[in-house]
Amino acid sequence: MTSEVMSVVMVGVGGQGILLATQITARAALLAGHDVKTNEVHGMAQRGGSVVAQVRYGPKVFSPLVPDGTARVLASLERIEALRFSHFLAPDGLAVVSDQAIIPVTVSSGQAAYPTDVEERLHRVFPKLVYVDAISIAEKLCDTRTANVILLGAMSTALSLPEECWREAIRQAVKPKFHDVNFRAFDEGKHLVESVA
Amino acid sequence: MSTTPTSRVLLSGNEAIARGAWEAGVTIATGYPGTPSTEILEAAREYGADMYCEWSPNEKVAFEVAAGASLSGARAIVTMKHVGLNVAADPLMTLSYVGTVGGLVACVADDPGMHSSQNEQDTRHYARFAKIPILEPSDSQEAKDFLTLGLEISERHRTPVILRMTTRVSHSSSPVAVGERAAPSRPAGFEKKPERFVPIPLWARGMRVAVEERTAALRAAANSSQANRIEWGDRSLGIIAEGIAYQYVRELAPEASVLKIGWVWPFPDELIREFAKGVKRLLVVEELDPILEEHVRSLGIACEGRSLVPGIGELSPSRLAPVLRAAGSAASGLLASSPAAQRPEAADLPARPPVLCPSCPHRGIFYALGKFDIVVTGDIGCYSLGVFPPLKRIDTILCMGAGISMAHGMQKAGEPRKVVGMVGDSTFFHSGITGLLDIAYNRGAATIIVVDNRTTAMTGHQEHPGTGRTIAGEGTIAATVEDFGRACGIKNIATVDPYDLKATIATLRTAIESDEAWLVVSRAPCPLYTKIPVGPVHRVDEELCKKCEACLKLGCPAIEWVEERIRVNETLCGGCDLCAKVCPTDAFVLASGECHDQ
Repeated sequence: MTSEVMSVVMVGVGGQGILLATQITARAALLAGHDVKTNEVHGMAQRGGSVVAQVRYGPKVFSPLVPDGTARVLASLERIEALRFSHFLAPDGLAVVSDQAIIPVTVSSGQAAYPTDVEERLHRVFPKLVYVDAISIAEKLCDTRTANVILLGAMSTALSLPEECWREAIRQAVKPKFHDVNFRAFDEGKHLVESVA
Repeated sequence: MSTTPTSRVLLSGNEAIARGAWEAGVTIATGYPGTPSTEILEAAREYGADMYCEWSPNEKVAFEVAAGASLSGARAIVTMKHVGLNVAADPLMTLSYVGTVGGLVACVADDPGMHSSQNEQDTRHYARFAKIPILEPSDSQEAKDFLTLGLEISERHRTPVILRMTTRVSHSSSPVAVGERAAPSRPAGFEKKPERFVPIPLWARGMRVAVEERTAALRAAANSSQANRIEWGDRSLGIIAEGIAYQYVRELAPEASVLKIGWVWPFPDELIREFAKGVKRLLVVEELDPILEEHVRSLGIACEGRSLVPGIGELSPSRLAPVLRAAGSAASGLLASSPAAQRPEAADLPARPPVLCPSCPHRGIFYALGKFDIVVTGDIGCYSLGVFPPLKRIDTILCMGAGISMAHGMQKAGEPRKVVGMVGDSTFFHSGITGLLDIAYNRGAATIIVVDNRTTAMTGHQEHPGTGRTIAGEGTIAATVEDFGRACGIKNIATVDPYDLKATIATLRTAIESDEAWLVVSRAPCPLYTKIPVGPVHRVDEELCKKCEACLKLGCPAIEWVEERIRVNETLCGGCDLCAKVCPTDAFVLASGECHDQ
């Protein structure tokens, strides 16, 4: 039974919209008739720190936490956060990584260095990698906040949830006046993977 | 596509408690914000027409309000985080004696792993200490069901009940079957009966005996409760598990026999004995303290627990896998695979701890405090983050309110440096007032700074007595820190705008050099809450920037050191202008004004 459970891990920096992406994914899975568990981050960790959120779905889900090495998808809104949480991804899982770099204060205050070879590292660590300029695409859509939904679109290609469930989940999770821009963001993300593949 | 039945919705554990309270006819819900408990009351507020909700000034008040409601016959819940129960422990211990009339459930959320807390205390100790039942759900459906069960136990056995949540249950969402609201079961109306409700020694002695009789009855009820159940499987290994640990055990060892404990205290002794007899080897899996394990041993039953299961920090499937392997669980599925090793590519990444947001008003105060050789006794809130480099302006943190009282203690002890206490606005109303009164009364000389950002920010922007609004958004009084300072008898009171660095530093100098107590209120609203930029976005003029790094001392996440250059991340910048104020070469200029119109 456990083997049928799909695990999704979404990471980034507090404030980037990880919670919304988690909720959309969980609702899409519920709409598709699955049992679902999520885990989210609230409180202190949301203040610009590393953030990880997870969704698991299948016929029956016990643990809300994803065991190491089992996630089908790892989506990251920041490039080094993908590396930080790479241990969750299954060896043949899909990594969708926004190329955005957010420099931690530990770097700007001289306590640590931001690696300069991130792209090479990502390719070494993730055999299946979609590395996207989500911010530029979001800017073209005139709403930089949709970067998270662009990633959702990209990662949806590795998850067996019906398209209509994603759309309905987006409809339920965002205000009506933002429906269209988020649908377009989702489609942009999907096309990215299709054009790479 | 298959459709979801309308009666099955995705709720977090916290939201499920609120739903359960509404369905069970609860009419009073109180609390004080604290991660991971905050969303219970925020979700309860949505049922405001049927259920009175309030953010109380602190957990003790919240508990007492709920206790009063219970004695008048209403069903009530009170919510708080684990350390909040320390504040509410006084009414808790004696309400155990007095007992309840309408059901009263205290929803207390522990934080194993200290994701957002200063300690990892285990609330189960309080149940045994106060001699009251404690229930522990393992998912959202149980959170809702156990809330109702708790109210029933409370009414049947005349006892407050604790519903113990943990971060992973509070903040995980899973499907919940929802129903309709039951009519409140009792009419409100307090029945005068002093021998029941007044624990003066004469009557308290009788109550003390009744508590023991009640405990015996509760133990019998726990043995037959559906909250506790045996799931027989492979008898070579039996696992006793409670709360979220049950879910991890089921995930990893689907074949094992499991005694799932949802009603933790009084312990279901008969069930434990029956289960132990039926298995060859017995393992207890519980998060934090070995409370169940020690009890199982006290029954004369051999078991393993803390010798294998980590007792510090949060459990997870990945942490439990080697434990279950060592305990001889059948190696199948996840347990058969070897754990993934940390990749070298992830070994040297820079840490990314939480930080004060861009344009946070606290940054101005911390920067200004950097001009003085002082000791800063801090407190619980966003401003706790001022402890990290490069600001490093918090020297102590203990508990809510201690930022004020400890400053006084250090000063009276003869600390040679000036002592400055710092608390937030919500923290001040929570438990700072008595400390301030103490300073005035006992002729202290500390400088107290209240960083008033007009909200309870760290927990997600809740109202408090100073905001002028209730949890329902209704207008109400807006208590001011300065008024309390005057009422306490503090003679020197000043208010500063923390974005005005010069004036802030000047005021702090006056206060810090004074040999009298000072109250400085640093007032500017949290921009993350108002969602209004403090000013226009800045950028660095590369010709003017001499890379002196003065701006980096602000610890602003929007100011980045990249490729030997300083730049402003314009998507993060909130326009507070502090960088421009500290830059000696005026290198921070307004960004070009390009905007991304919707």
